[in-house]
Amino acid sequence: MTDRSEAKGGTSRRAFLRTAGLAAGGAALGAGGARATSPDPLITEVQPWAMFLGEGVDATPYGMPIHFEDHVVRRNVDWLTADPVASINFTPIHALDGTITPQGCAFERHHSGAIELSKEEYRLMITGLVEKPLVFTFGDLMRMPRITRTAFCECAANSGMEWGGAQLNAVQFTHGMIHNMEYTGVSLRTLLNEAGVKPEGTWIYVEGADASSNGRSIPMEKALDDCMIAFTANGEALRMEHGYPARLVVPGWEGNLWVKWLRRIGVHDGPMEAREETSKYTDLMPDGRARKWTWAMHAKSVITSPSPQMPVGHGPGPMVISGLAWSGLGRIARVDVSLDGGANWQEARLAGEPGDKALTRFYVDHEWDGQPMYLQSRAVDETGYVQPTKDQLREIRGVNSIYHNNGIQTWYVNENGEAENVEIG
Amino acid sequence: MSRLGKFLASSAVAGFMAAAPALADPLADALGLGRAALPEEIAAWDVAVMPDGQGLPPGHGDVWDGEDLWIDHCAACHGDFAEGAGAWPPIVGGSGTLTDVRPLKTVESYWPYLSTVWDYINRSMPFGAAQTLEVDEVYAITAYILFSAGLVDADFELTQDNFTEIRLPNEDGFYIDDRAEVEFPVFTQEPCMSDCRGDVTIVARATDLDVTPEFPVIRNLYSDPLHPEAARDNSIEDAAAQPVEDDSANEVQLASLDPELVAAGEMAWRQCRSCHQLGDGARNGAGPQLNEIVGAAVAGVDGFRYSPAFEAARDEGLVWDAEMLDTFLENPSGLIPRNRMSFRGVRDADERAALIAYLKSHTD
Repeated sequence: MTDRSEAKGGTSRRAFLRTAGLAAGGAALGAGGARATSPDPLITEVQPWAMFLGEGVDATPYGMPIHFEDHVVRRNVDWLTADPVASINFTPIHALDGTITPQGCAFERHHSGAIELSKEEYRLMITGLVEKPLVFTFGDLMRMPRITRTAFCECAANSGMEWGGAQLNAVQFTHGMIHNMEYTGVSLRTLLNEAGVKPEGTWIYVEGADASSNGRSIPMEKALDDCMIAFTANGEALRMEHGYPARLVVPGWEGNLWVKWLRRIGVHDGPMEAREETSKYTDLMPDGRARKWTWAMHAKSVITSPSPQMPVGHGPGPMVISGLAWSGLGRIARVDVSLDGGANWQEARLAGEPGDKALTRFYVDHEWDGQPMYLQSRAVDETGYVQPTKDQLREIRGVNSIYHNNGIQTWYVNENGEAENVEIG
Repeated sequence: MSRLGKFLASSAVAGFMAAAPALADPLADALGLGRAALPEEIAAWDVAVMPDGQGLPPGHGDVWDGEDLWIDHCAACHGDFAEGAGAWPPIVGGSGTLTDVRPLKTVESYWPYLSTVWDYINRSMPFGAAQTLEVDEVYAITAYILFSAGLVDADFELTQDNFTEIRLPNEDGFYIDDRAEVEFPVFTQEPCMSDCRGDVTIVARATDLDVTPEFPVIRNLYSDPLHPEAARDNSIEDAAAQPVEDDSANEVQLASLDPELVAAGEMAWRQCRSCHQLGDGARNGAGPQLNEIVGAAVAGVDGFRYSPAFEAARDEGLVWDAEMLDTFLENPSGLIPRNRMSFRGVRDADERAALIAYLKSHTD
């Protein structure tokens, strides 16, 4: 591909790299004191971007991240599934900051691929134990009272590959089945009210318009509490892969319930016991029986940097330890961070007010002595639930339950600042 | 009319009815938006089946018919005897393995209800051609699964009347989430903050397994390159080192093809891609990868395990020229009977031409 700015005559990336290369041959700086012994050509020489013109306002009607950030993308693990159409990819949480996940790099889970469904062709039906079965167009949804809220969506299988021990050496793969967006849409309560739920209607069954339909049952109490049909995320229309034009949002509960391309809500007197809530998304326990209806995602946190993809890039001195915490039971109350594998803990600094069932960013402003660290984080939510260790979970659940692994993650950071996924004893 | 045809027809009806005025709502505080769903529409979409048989349509199917249907529609991914193939899920087997180190969770060993099996096949299978099976075919395939699981005899016929009499072995193997009772008391203790443990030793490393896909490492420094520490590295390893693609060969090839036809073929390709891959890095899946397929010998893709029917066709020296592709795509099992490609075919001649053009665009 031709470099656009080069074609316009000057401010090319290649020219910049040449300049930077020349600079690298120059003199050195003293550590710590930061005293320059020779002038930095990036300052003393007029750079191309300071001389020539950049792109005009008509160059990019809808922008992508600048190419320097091309590596901040969703990635998948080939061997996890038989086919990329019924599979999952992972949010690059190591390279993001703040709390909101951009749609374009927020993890995707499809069971029959992401489909194209237009607003014109969209229909939503409410059937079953209601006074009046109804069909809504997208236009109907747009006329209903609208709400906006932020919520995390975590796949129940997030960290599921780590039950048997440290397996994937990247936080994107160990913890990247999560995203956090601000949604706008209509509350499920509003919709159900239009159809009139009969007293015996104690469950809803929701399904998508795609070939998998991914049907799930949800108790009426949750449906009327805080579920919503969303049509925008982070201020713009849902991306195709997130369920355009409308998806279900089920705050705090496992991502599989967040049905995309939502086409039908059935009202019933019991659960459907569909494929995704029996053969999958049930948690096999050591006695050979399985827990079902384990919907809520319990408190969890992870340090996103440093981590294997984001080593400490510098020597001893000030550094930022940063991570994410969340709870499907409410707000994060506190995050503790340990540098020594859980022997001693300090309270992390939370960035902003924790939201209900939303990601919370935490920081530890650390003065690194250059010695190895065993980094851990531990979330505590407003209910008093304390994120358990992986061994505490295994003691109760064994190692074959696949889902709901919210155990404490350990990153070993060596003298060079390189981080790796380990388990410690 | 086929089930798919009925579905499409009722959707068309729904399209016209969308403009009908909404009826008065029984609830006083309702907005009155939306319109009453018609019985045909509810019948088309409300097809879920509950464990007690609610929602199950009348019909029947036996093990023998089920076996034929299984070979045509299911065996490519799930094996001839439902034992699974490649990375695709086994459907039977695994009894008594749920406490093993590697449990095998199947309809036979794990699924609690037969309704789940019927409902899932009816709505989501075959993979890549969902909602194309007739009701009786779903009954028959379900019967074949029960037979393969050793739960019924070979002469068994499944009907709406005997459906709920069939119980799966693991029906009682599930219990409702008890984390609040079992785990919360343990996980709500005030945590220790200092001197909480002894020395730390590493007992497992992810790198020992070496199953992590490659990824760029970000050295998050971006400071003055003259600084000595920066010599360690400063920026993104590997990520920027993308090879420059040489499109010249493709461009020459594409020039002789109608771009519009190729684009139409790319759209049509969607129905193929659940089993076949094309392009850079294409691999064999449920079906062989199809780069360089036009003009190639039948059943000649390296590393793919073909059905005996395809192997026989190869032995006859057949070649995938455009004419043969067209005939095959129109009716796959007509040209090569008993092959395992679970695909109904493409009726539309223009669509087939587009598909062949698209395949050509991936052939040098």
